[in-house]
Amino acid sequence: MQIPHEVTARPDTGLYNAKLGIWLFLASEVMLFGGLFSAYIFLRMGSDDGYWPMGLLNVPIGTMNTAILIASSVTVVLAWAALKMRNWAQYKLYMAITIICGIIFLAVKLTLEWPEKFVHFGAFIKKDKWAQYEAYLGNEHLAKKGLAPRPEISGHLEAVEVTVAPEKKADFDAFLAKNHLVAEAGHDPAHPVIIVKGEHHGPKPSVAEKLVRLPGVKAVAYEVQLDAVNAEPASPDNERPHFIPRKRSDKVATIKAEDISSWSAFAPKHSPYFAVYFTITGLHGLHVLAGVLVFIYFYFFGEKLYRKNPEHMANRVEVSGLFWHFVDLVWIFVFPIFYLL
Amino acid sequence: MSSTHAHGHDDHHAHEDHHEPGFWRKWVFSTDHKMIGIQYGVTGLAFLFFGFLLMLVMRWQLANPGMPVPMIGGMLQAFFGESAFQSTPEGVKGVLTANGYNAFGAMHGTIMVFFGIVPVAFAAFGNFVVPLQIGAPDMTFPKINMASFHCFFVSCIIMMGSFLVPGGAAKSGWTSYPPLAGVADMGPGFHPFFNGQTLWLVGMIFNITASLLGSVNFIATIIQLRAPGMTWMRLPFFVWAQFVTAWLLLLAFPPLEAAGVMQTMDRAFGTSFFMPTGLIVNGQLSEWSGGGSPILWQHLFWFLAHPEVYVLILPGIGMVAEIIANNTRKPLYGYKAMVGAIFVLGFLSFIVWAHHMYMTGMGAKVAGFFQTTTIMISVPSVILITALMLSLWGGSIRFTPPMLFATAFLPMFGIGGLTGIPLAFNAVDLYLHDTYYVIGHFHYVVAPGTIFAIFAGVYYWYPKATGRMMNTGLAHLHFWPSLIAINGIFFPMMLQGMAGVHRRWYDGGATYEQIIKPVIHWNNFMSVSAFLLCAAQFPFIINFCYSMFKGKKVPNDNPWDATTVEWDTPSPPGHGNFTKEIAVYRGPYEYSVPGAEKDFTPQTEPPKSDKPATSPAHLSSAPAHSH
Repeated sequence: MQIPHEVTARPDTGLYNAKLGIWLFLASEVMLFGGLFSAYIFLRMGSDDGYWPMGLLNVPIGTMNTAILIASSVTVVLAWAALKMRNWAQYKLYMAITIICGIIFLAVKLTLEWPEKFVHFGAFIKKDKWAQYEAYLGNEHLAKKGLAPRPEISGHLEAVEVTVAPEKKADFDAFLAKNHLVAEAGHDPAHPVIIVKGEHHGPKPSVAEKLVRLPGVKAVAYEVQLDAVNAEPASPDNERPHFIPRKRSDKVATIKAEDISSWSAFAPKHSPYFAVYFTITGLHGLHVLAGVLVFIYFYFFGEKLYRKNPEHMANRVEVSGLFWHFVDLVWIFVFPIFYLL
Repeated sequence: MSSTHAHGHDDHHAHEDHHEPGFWRKWVFSTDHKMIGIQYGVTGLAFLFFGFLLMLVMRWQLANPGMPVPMIGGMLQAFFGESAFQSTPEGVKGVLTANGYNAFGAMHGTIMVFFGIVPVAFAAFGNFVVPLQIGAPDMTFPKINMASFHCFFVSCIIMMGSFLVPGGAAKSGWTSYPPLAGVADMGPGFHPFFNGQTLWLVGMIFNITASLLGSVNFIATIIQLRAPGMTWMRLPFFVWAQFVTAWLLLLAFPPLEAAGVMQTMDRAFGTSFFMPTGLIVNGQLSEWSGGGSPILWQHLFWFLAHPEVYVLILPGIGMVAEIIANNTRKPLYGYKAMVGAIFVLGFLSFIVWAHHMYMTGMGAKVAGFFQTTTIMISVPSVILITALMLSLWGGSIRFTPPMLFATAFLPMFGIGGLTGIPLAFNAVDLYLHDTYYVIGHFHYVVAPGTIFAIFAGVYYWYPKATGRMMNTGLAHLHFWPSLIAINGIFFPMMLQGMAGVHRRWYDGGATYEQIIKPVIHWNNFMSVSAFLLCAAQFPFIINFCYSMFKGKKVPNDNPWDATTVEWDTPSPPGHGNFTKEIAVYRGPYEYSVPGAEKDFTPQTEPPKSDKPATSPAHLSSAPAHSH
């Protein structure tokens, strides 16, 4: 049994089956990402002043990734055109470039952009405690200028100050040894605390989270090596987000645990901003991965079909190319709304 | 290329030496649209029955709060566990707990909608009938079609499995409103991932993926694989209904998939998509960072779930239209108006969703907009139902089993539709919201509406699928008690709802007896009706199984003297469907054409001559039975 119009167009619709199929599929994809983008709009519009972070992503790297993805969209069309002209060698070349672009995009995301966020620490300060942290938040300055307040202190975790119930000390020590952490005694004899540091650099936020949730352990304060924006919060330089990431300052701030409304790494649970950022870029990354896998399959296993029915092979590349353009288009929306706006 | 003219029939001569596929290829990994339709149908019917059984347990609890379920109580407790059932102080097992009641209610809704009706009305009948009706050898993408069913099957296993995890299945309503759904089934005693609500979300994500794969296939098939001569306005109305339904599924489901992903993130990764700032759970400030919006979920959910209502009803209307035309022996009244109406209905169904959300306090302007669109959507609905009513006018009706159900569908769907109009108005809805009135209203649409249409469809196409007729006596035994009992369940719900009985009371309103005294006694009546309805299904189940092997063989391939193309195939149709070249020469409902030899002219019958036959002898309506 042969399904009609698998390769050549049906005269009255002008489409072969797969081309119609992919357009329908893309329509549903528009609605899928549309749901997520509308969540972005809804959450952003509903967020309190200052609670929607800006300028946290690495714009130069994002720009590079945008260029790479657009370039791959061009090469996939060239690969299709090469097949239409029945030039297999050229097809292989352009397809290889497309695949490499896709892999670079994913590698940048997974080895640079995301991990950098997972080790970044951010703590939202309770509103009634903002005045105590004026030196890091600069809210009086911002209020004078009519700008949105700054509720968060961010940077890299240097140390966590905790108290430990004596009967749980053994478990606590075992946890430190397992996670390559070291403990020091606090300096203030009136308030005895244990200061937990890393062997080389501070504890990762994810480890710190587990640490303060150990039974018998109570967080007292967090020592944070500040981001530039919290180091000089009143500087006019910090009134707008910066597109070029700036060096961390050497200043270390101590934030009391009781003054924090919530803290975490720059991970999905940090805030609705990172939640929607990781969800959309994650889903987009899965789409890139799917496209790359299909292209790899066409690269290595396409020749048999090409020899048998070159038009069919060209159609396949056209259809997967349409998908690839869509993935590209999603990124064209992702880039401005997360990196720039 | 060769395939432009081949149209699937060039290999029919090879049919005879076609290898019979092995067990796995035939029953499990089949790419044949008919087998996939049957797989969907059998799974979906089983789920319909299971969802109904869940409700029977709930109805027992509503009529006899706190009493152990008789006879099978111990079995239920052993299967569903201690979270859903407990023992009486005397040690009798099988009392439904509040948790169990909530889980059964949430799963009843989920199963009936997503695992029962959509798989049967859309996927099963659509898969089996649509390619046959348009003269196609199969669906456009047979392998994707198979993937669709397998995806659905995985979602079934996940949903059923969720009953067995610690704490039981999801219990936050079929709507899974956060923040309740965000915090439910978490904490001590629950697995961080294998808990009811998270499995519900994962199961739904698989279910949605399956329906997306299916709907792409349906639309592509109807656009691309119509046989020569099958122009758009020659499509049977059922195909139109499936076409619009597929569009609704294609475009409305993905936002819920997005919402499902987001709620899974909230539960598994601690994000705050739907978790508001300062959420207090069990008297303690929760750990979510906050800043999310529960209303966002409601928007995304109802953006799917309102079109979903039309996904539930349109295939039913399509089936009823086919059966009414066939059994009145006359064309559908206003076929073109019906096609127009169904498109308007499909479009409007996307802009009415927030009428489910009047209680959220969204403001008079927004409510006014959704109230207006909701009233507008009743216009195409009324066109459809009126056209079907008028189609009966002047017909010489054959009350075959499918026709019994199809005629019953009309008033039942009518009651369901008309009781919905008060709910469309903001002011009235604020009073009726979340009462049994709402339950009665939409159950009239989907239970004696869609499910009766499904029964009609089963009786109608069963001979095509199996080559055997279903037993008429048993069908009557199925129909009449079902019709009476189902009204006995749902009509009192309207009375209770108007008296203010809330839909989620676990004890049937015993706590509020003083307030609802005049209507609380209906609980008993409704529950007895529900058990009678269950009993009335056994003739159908017996008929369905028995006729498969022992039913009367079909007298010919067209036992109902129908005009549409699916009756031009062998019964059951083989791989590739048609044994001859199919071409279509006429519209779908040429019944009792003046001057024709028989009272039906199949779509595939070529015109005899250019001159119309005028012999008055043939104008008589006596059907030309050849058997």
